[in-house]
Amino acid sequence: MNTSFKAPVLAVDNVVKRFGKTIAVNGLSLDIRENEFFALLGPSGCGKTTLLRMIAGFEVPDEGRIRLAGNDITGQAPEKRPLNLMFQSYALFPHMTVRQNLAYGLEMERLAKPEISARVEEMLKTTDLQALAERKPAELSGGQKQRVALARALIKRPKVLLLDEPLGALDKKLREKMQLELKRLQHEVGITFIIVTHDQEEALVMADRVAVLKDGCILQCGTPEEVYERPANRFVAGFIGVMNFIEGEIGDDAIFRAAGETLACDTAGLKSNAKAVLAVRPENITLKPSGSGIAGTVVDAAYHGLDRQLYVKTALSAVPLQVRVAASGAAVVQTGAAVTLGFDAAACRIFQD
Amino acid sequence: MADALRTKLTGLTILVLVFGFLYLPIAVLVLLSFNASGLPTTWSGFSLRWYVSLANNSDILHAAWNTLVVAIFATLIATVLGTMLAIGMETRKRKSTALEALAFAPMVIPDIVLAVALLTLFSRLNVTMGLPTIIISHVIFDLAFVCSVVRARLKNFDFSIVEASRDLGASPFTTFWRITFPVLLPAIIAGALLAFTLSVDEFIIAFFTSGAGRSSITLPMQIYSMIRFGVTPEINALATIVMGVSAAALLLSQWLNKEQMTR
Repeated sequence: MNTSFKAPVLAVDNVVKRFGKTIAVNGLSLDIRENEFFALLGPSGCGKTTLLRMIAGFEVPDEGRIRLAGNDITGQAPEKRPLNLMFQSYALFPHMTVRQNLAYGLEMERLAKPEISARVEEMLKTTDLQALAERKPAELSGGQKQRVALARALIKRPKVLLLDEPLGALDKKLREKMQLELKRLQHEVGITFIIVTHDQEEALVMADRVAVLKDGCILQCGTPEEVYERPANRFVAGFIGVMNFIEGEIGDDAIFRAAGETLACDTAGLKSNAKAVLAVRPENITLKPSGSGIAGTVVDAAYHGLDRQLYVKTALSAVPLQVRVAASGAAVVQTGAAVTLGFDAAACRIFQD
Repeated sequence: MADALRTKLTGLTILVLVFGFLYLPIAVLVLLSFNASGLPTTWSGFSLRWYVSLANNSDILHAAWNTLVVAIFATLIATVLGTMLAIGMETRKRKSTALEALAFAPMVIPDIVLAVALLTLFSRLNVTMGLPTIIISHVIFDLAFVCSVVRARLKNFDFSIVEASRDLGASPFTTFWRITFPVLLPAIIAGALLAFTLSVDEFIIAFFTSGAGRSSITLPMQIYSMIRFGVTPEINALATIVMGVSAAALLLSQWLNKEQMTR
C-alpha cells in the first residue's frame, strides 16, 4: 500500500463554500493520489457532502480551485468532468431498465452502438447483474440498486469515482459484505475512489487514507492506522473508535495527574502547569493484580463474543472507563467486583485543545 | 349481529340516496336521448333518431368544431406553460407562498369574475373577439390545473436523477428530454386531459369572450341558445355526447395519475 510517491489526481486548493451566513467548507485543501481509496469522514454538517458536490460540479466554490489531473475544473459543468458520482439515493432512472441505465452514460459519449452494448455486457458481468438486466429499478432490492448505481458510474471509466454514503441504506450484514466488495472492485478497475461517510468503521475498513472533517475543515488526514492510533486532537480521538477521556493537568514537573493519581505518559511538547486530557482506548487498559494500579469497581459488563467490555468506575473520571478484556480470560469478572487497572503508557495520548 | 347488519344497511341506503341524488338527473337525460318519442313523458322505444338529426344539424356541427379547436389549442398551450411553471416552482431553492397563491388563484376565482375581467381587457385593447380570445381565456384556468397536477407529481420526484444525468455526461437539454420529461409524462398527460375536459364544457368565459355573431359559438353556448326554445331530445343527445367525452378524458386522467403513484 505504498502510494506515497504518486502524483495527485485530484487537488483541492483552499476551497471555501458559503451558504448564506453559514460556512460549509472553510479553506480546505486536499491532495488525492492516483488509485487511492480515500475517505472523507465526519459527522453530519461537517461539509463533506458539500465538498463532494463541488468536486462533482453541482456546487461552485466561492474561493479556491479544484484541479483534476492538472486541469482546473473549478467552474466546469458536471457533464464535462471526467469523474462520476454515485448518489446516496442511487438516483437510478425509474423509466429505464438496468441495461438502459448503464448504457445512458455511454450514449452521452456518442459511442458506437456495438461498443456500448459490449461495454454494458462486460459491466453487467463484473457487477453480477446479468440476470437483472431487463428489470426496472422498482423491481430491485436495495443491494441490487446499489450495484446498478455503482455499475452505471464505473462504466464511464472515470478518472475518479465519488461515492456519497454508498452503503448508508443497506442493513448491517449487507454493508459489511459490500465494504469488501467495493474494495475488491476498486483494485480490479484501478480507479481512484473518494467516499463520503459518517461511519468511521466503514472508513477504516475500506480506505487507504482517511480525512476527518469538522466544521468545514480537515482535522487530520492519514492512513486508518494513523488516525486510529495517533489521533491529532480530542475530536478525532473521540470520533474514531471508542475512547476513554480522563481530565487532569500537567504539573511543573511535566507529569500528567488526574484525581491525585500520576499517570505515566509522554508529555513532550505540551504546556506544563496546564489542564490536559488523557485519551486511552479500551484495549490499552489491562486488569492487573491488586495494589499496583488504579483501583476501580466494575459497574457493568457486556459480552461481545470475542471479547468482553467492562465498565469500570474509578476516581479518575465521572464516566466509567471502558476496558476490553478477552472473553475467554481465566477469571470472569462479575459486576460489582473490585479491580485494578493498568494503562499502556505508549498508547496513551494527551491533548490540550 | 343484527346491529351490525342494520348499520350496514343504513350505510348502504345513504350511499344509494347520495349517488341517486348525484346521478339520477344525468341518467334521465341519457335515457331520454334514446327515446323514440319526442315527449319526455312517454317512452316509445329505443331509437338513435336524435343522434342522427344531431349529425345533420349544421349549427351544432359548427359549434362542436369550434369547441374542439378551442379545447385542443387551449390544452396544448396550457400544458406547455403549466408544466414549465410547475418545474420552475418546484426547482426554485426558495419557496414563495405568494407565487404559489398566484399560480393557484385562477382555479378558485369565480368564472364570472374572470369572464368580465377578460371582456373588459379585450375591449380595452380593441381586440376583435373570436376563437383566439376564447383560447387565450381558457389557457388561464387550464394552466392552473395543469400546473397543480404536475406539481403534485414533482412533490415526490427525486431530483437527484436530474443530477445523475448531468453527471453521466448529459447536457441540461438532453437531461430534460430523456429523464425529466419521460418521468413526468403521465402527470403531464393527466393534466392535459383535465384541461381538455374543463375547456370542452366551459360556458361563462367562452360566452363573454366569443365576440358578436354566431361564428365562434361553442357547444355549451349552442345548447344554451337551443334551450331557450325548449328542451328538445336533440339537446339530450348532444349533452350525452359531451358528457361521454368529458367523462372518458377524466377517467383516463385519473387512471394515469393512479398508475404513476403505484409505480
